Amino acid sequence: MALINVSGVSLGYEGKAIVTDLNFSVGKGDYLCIVGENGSGKSTLMKTLLGQKSVVAGKIEFGDGLRQNEIGYLPQQTEVQKDFPASVKEIILSGCLNGCGIKPFYSKAQKKQAADIMKRLGITDLSDKCYRELSGGQQQRVLLARALCATKKLLILDEPVAGLDPVVTKNLYHLITEINKEGITVIMVSHDIHAAIEFASHILHIGNKPLFFGTKEDYKNSDGCHCFICDGGCDE
Amino acid sequence: MNIIESLSSYFSYTFVRYALIAGVLIALCAALLGVSLVLKRYSMIGDGLSHVAFGAIAVAAVCGTAPMTVALPVTIAAAILLLGLNSSTKIKGDAAIAMISVGTLALGYLLLNVFSTSSNVSGDVCTTLFGSTSILTLSKTDVILCLALTAVVILVFILFYNRIFAVTFDEAFACATGTNTKAYNTLIAVVTAVVIVLAMNLVGALLISALIIFPALSAMRLFKSFRSVIISSAIISVACAVAGIFIAILYGTPVGSTIVAADIVSFIFCFIAGKIAKKS
Ligand SMILES: Nc1ncnc2c1ncn2[C@@H]1O[C@H](COP(=O)(O)OP(=O)(O)O)[C@@H](O)[C@H]1O
Ligand SMILES: [Mg+2]
Repeated sequence: MALINVSGVSLGYEGKAIVTDLNFSVGKGDYLCIVGENGSGKSTLMKTLLGQKSVVAGKIEFGDGLRQNEIGYLPQQTEVQKDFPASVKEIILSGCLNGCGIKPFYSKAQKKQAADIMKRLGITDLSDKCYRELSGGQQQRVLLARALCATKKLLILDEPVAGLDPVVTKNLYHLITEINKEGITVIMVSHDIHAAIEFASHILHIGNKPLFFGTKEDYKNSDGCHCFICDGGCDE
Repeated sequence: MNIIESLSSYFSYTFVRYALIAGVLIALCAALLGVSLVLKRYSMIGDGLSHVAFGAIAVAAVCGTAPMTVALPVTIAAAILLLGLNSSTKIKGDAAIAMISVGTLALGYLLLNVFSTSSNVSGDVCTTLFGSTSILTLSKTDVILCLALTAVVILVFILFYNRIFAVTFDEAFACATGTNTKAYNTLIAVVTAVVIVLAMNLVGALLISALIIFPALSAMRLFKSFRSVIISSAIISVACAVAGIFIAILYGTPVGSTIVAADIVSFIFCFIAGKIAKKS
């Protein structure tokens, strides 16, 4: 069975639906990119998948032994206060918390896992730096590392490249693609339809009807794609 | 020499020793919690709770019961309520907190004035608000209660340190990855209530916020990781409490406001030190 199966789901706030009749499934190792305009409900969908909101209608099922607390998450905006004292190491380790159970402290294995992930993302030398003094790209890497500490199966990223410059954006996309190739399923919300088509294996387009869900090859040939690319993607 | 001699002579009095023990413990708890409260923008909740505690103590005085037995449960209940108000989007959180805090303050004073049998009402009120001498009149039971409660607070803080950090730093992430943020927020609120009721003995209701906020802010000028901020704010807080109690005893100043004055001086010092460190 698929990792996540979404059937007939409506999403919204206080019973008022924003997105209706959503059907898609995410298999193990997929790289799903969710695109759509601002306010179309992408972040709402992420929050629902993470169990922070309940669905208005329909059903979301987890398969393959995936549990709610085994999902790594990179929120759209992390409203960290400007003067929050926190070192990179402290933040990344906090991703391991869901693996602690009732134990009060992190185990040696968890600390090693965090160190490995930091090495993998090339941020080992930032370890003792203060988070708020990092550049935007470095901060996103730190939050990505934290998300990776929280999961071995599924990573949910909500507009991870928002506000980053093109070079940093490209590096982050490549990093995410590599992580996906190593076997972690990725669900990413993005504005950037071109990047979505370049990197993802599946595309979900929400907002304007009809909703689209399928592989990226199908998406390239669909009407919705051309329409969206020329609406929002091309400047010409 | 003279000062040291007179201090050591004061140490032969048990009430001085009790005051020091209680002062150090309360300052320690307040500082540990203060960092989270400041960072979570809960400073105002701390202030509001201290006023609730004042109202509760007024009720206890009128009913003739021990202050702690009324103040502790009432303040804990208020903490949970205020936290709920703060997170609900429908009622403006800060307005609700201000409302409850001035409301209980006014009602407490009213009750004391109308029903109190004491001949010196304004003196009593002043003591409760500014803690002028109550730290120096602690009984053995007070100190033991204080020891027990601070032990619980410190234990809770150590056991839940990693979770408190996660909830303070990024609640959305903690919640999404399966941490029960609501439970930990409630835990923080309950512990805050306990610390506030304890701290009323030391500095009085109106000055508690200072004890909670200043050490955290001072430490944040100097240090950049959560752990170092917590540890240094605990050290700053304890040092200021000890200095404040000594100065108060030597020069006969009110204990509470002397401790807060020491906290202010340390904040100014840390502020300047932080600026210099940034430049170099
Ligand atoms: N907490 C909330 N309460 C009520 N409505 C909300 C809330 N958050 C978002 N919305 C509404 O839901 C819609 C979708 O928001 P969102 O999922 O954040 O969009 P996207 O991430 O696709 O830009 C928007 O119209 C927004 O106004
Ligand atoms: Mg969004």
